[in-house]
Amino acid sequence: MSEFFHMGGYAFYVWGSYLLTFIVLLLNIIMPVRQEQKLLREIAQRARAKRSAS
Amino acid sequence: MWLWFHKLGSPKYFWTISARLIPWIGGLSAVLIAVSLYLGLFVAPPDYQQGESYRIMFIHVPSAWNSMFIYVVMAVSAAIGLIWKMKVADSVASASAVIGASFTFLTLVTGSLWGKPMWGTWWVWDARLTSELILLFLYLGFIALQASIEDRQKASRASAVLAIVGVINVPIIYYSVIWWNTLHQPPSLTTGASMIDKSMLLPLLLMAVAFKLFYLTVLLIRTRCEVLERERNSSWVQELARAAEQNLAPTLTGSRAE
Repeated sequence: MSEFFHMGGYAFYVWGSYLLTFIVLLLNIIMPVRQEQKLLREIAQRARAKRSAS
Repeated sequence: MWLWFHKLGSPKYFWTISARLIPWIGGLSAVLIAVSLYLGLFVAPPDYQQGESYRIMFIHVPSAWNSMFIYVVMAVSAAIGLIWKMKVADSVASASAVIGASFTFLTLVTGSLWGKPMWGTWWVWDARLTSELILLFLYLGFIALQASIEDRQKASRASAVLAIVGVINVPIIYYSVIWWNTLHQPPSLTTGASMIDKSMLLPLLLMAVAFKLFYLTVLLIRTRCEVLERERNSSWVQELARAAEQNLAPTLTGSRAE
């Protein structure tokens, strides 16, 4: 198993690549999903403000 | 079929159907990534020349394919938006830009991490690397241009022209290793007699498919945001936002009331 993590001496390069890819892919999912939630909240808030104003 | 396309053009229908599609496409992408990770990291043997370091290929090459593929999708949809004034096409183009830029970034960095142990350098100004870097700048230019113009239609028009002119770079990237004598190795996949072993080819292709599906997933999520922005004053979005507060709407995170 430790041999697997060692990657023939290339551990830093191989695992660095995989880790970075994982992070970038994850951010690609998280960011727009959170943006969608934020937008919906914003729209709802604005609508409520409008209703109470009129 | 045509009716379906027509319905898909309706923002409300798109919203509902995409909420249902995203878990399936995203899930399939995740499964394929897991399978190709297993095949690429555990099953495939070490390369006889590069040892274990070649395993970076399983993410580097699919990222590079995606970086070019997404650019073409972006440019074509920007062109459609420019010519036929289709707003959905503009949305697809701007949603693609961020995803494409992140795959280009991954291509460059994983390439660097592969180049250091194999070539002894993080970076060389050879044709393949330089043209891929230009691709990143094209994506960033597209994003910056859209962000800097207040009026959405004007922004779409200006950035579409940039995207279309930049397409010329894609064949340059692709053929750079053939046209010029570069340090970068020739394509991993050659038509005809493929040099790459099956045990390495399978995880590579699976990962490429997984990355395409990943792109589709994120594209759908981002297009949903675009739709929401554009339709924010319509009654169905107002209704949706109110329902989402009570976790009743077909959003991605909330529960779904059928």
